[in-house]
Amino acid sequence: MSSTAASAVRSLPVIAALAAGLMGLAILLSLFVAPEDADQGISQRIFYIHVPIALTTYFCFGLGAWKALLLLWRGDERYDLESYVAIHQGTIFGLLTLITGAIWAKASWGVWWTWDSNQLVLFLTLFLFYCAYFMLRFSLEEGARRSRSSAVYALFGVVLIPISFLAIRLAEDFIHPTTFTREGPQMTGTMFTAFCVSWAAVTLLAYVLYRVELTGKRLQSDLRELREALQ
Amino acid sequence: MSYVADVAALTQKDLRVELRARDTLPAMLLFVLATLVVFHFALPEGTGDDAAYGLLWVAIVFTALLGLARAWVPEHEHGVLDGLVLAPCDRSAIWLGKSLATLAFLLAAQAVALPAFVFFFAPLDATAIAGALLADLGICAVGSLMAAMAAAGRARELLLPLLFLPLAIPLVVGGVGAAISPEGGRYLLLLALYDGVFAVLSWASFEYVVTES
Repeated sequence: MSSTAASAVRSLPVIAALAAGLMGLAILLSLFVAPEDADQGISQRIFYIHVPIALTTYFCFGLGAWKALLLLWRGDERYDLESYVAIHQGTIFGLLTLITGAIWAKASWGVWWTWDSNQLVLFLTLFLFYCAYFMLRFSLEEGARRSRSSAVYALFGVVLIPISFLAIRLAEDFIHPTTFTREGPQMTGTMFTAFCVSWAAVTLLAYVLYRVELTGKRLQSDLRELREALQ
Repeated sequence: MSYVADVAALTQKDLRVELRARDTLPAMLLFVLATLVVFHFALPEGTGDDAAYGLLWVAIVFTALLGLARAWVPEHEHGVLDGLVLAPCDRSAIWLGKSLATLAFLLAAQAVALPAFVFFFAPLDATAIAGALLADLGICAVGSLMAAMAAAGRARELLLPLLFLPLAIPLVVGGVGAAISPEGGRYLLLLALYDGVFAVLSWASFEYVVTES
């Protein structure tokens, strides 16, 4: 392991502690400091966790596609694992988004799921798309072809997002609460602060998980190489 | 010009193989008709036409999947793909040739399916047919790339629908929208945008999917 990689591993506990602290602060702010929503009451507080997780999901998928693009562009195999780990984290956060979203929907709309909101349907589409990514990856033999096919598929997902977004706007929907409009966020200052802290905490948490998984996967492959060299 | 000639030769090869073996097209035709008949029993009495249009799109997508699953089988069974990749032509020509051949099969299947749909269920206007044609382009462009990816895997036939269906959802939205919405033109634009974006992406990325290093 190179010295930069070793120092990167050493810095990980510090970032992890920071993520945990920020997460604690986010929970405090969103549960006790932010004012109660006049319309939805206590159930609105799940917003501070649901929306950051959803945004992190998109961010992870975007990162995975960016690493996939770098792989195809530069041909460096290192990006394959980075792309895979980012998408893996994205899928985990995506599942959490679907679960927290369903809880919020039950509390405020009275149903666990609604097909009327294209935003939900398209999030599910993207989630299914990236689940298929793992099927593709595990069906191919390890090697350049697998990493490139996975990269191409990951890139397709990110192109699917804006096309899906257009479809959302095309089929106008009135059900999903639109918190962010062109006139800026429709929140009070404290609410917005709580939201931003939650968002930062979840993003940092995702980054820590990404780094932990990546380090683990790299150690695993280094170990395998060493074993093969010894045999 | 040689790129066009390469694509034409590859398309012709696929069409000729199909004309001689008759593996794919008769199966697609029979499948789409059988699906329409099954849908008659799946739709409860008094269901509106809108539901029938939706089911037509399910039939089209699944028929396309049937053709796409067979698309790269001859290449893989006889090692033709290795030869094609080694041939001194642009690799994307292989994708374009396959997409055009698949498009020909899908259009032939629809030439039967759409009149049969009108006969059994509900009328189709010009916007709905234009939507079907635009969606066909997208299905074949994306589908033949996904089929090439899936063909290299262990679970070929299983993998293709998983890879393709999430990508086909905007096509189904556009196709159904063009058939039932009073503002069908907007859905046609969505389909055209999808076709353009994904055709360029598939064209550019095909090389990475078929080469080993």
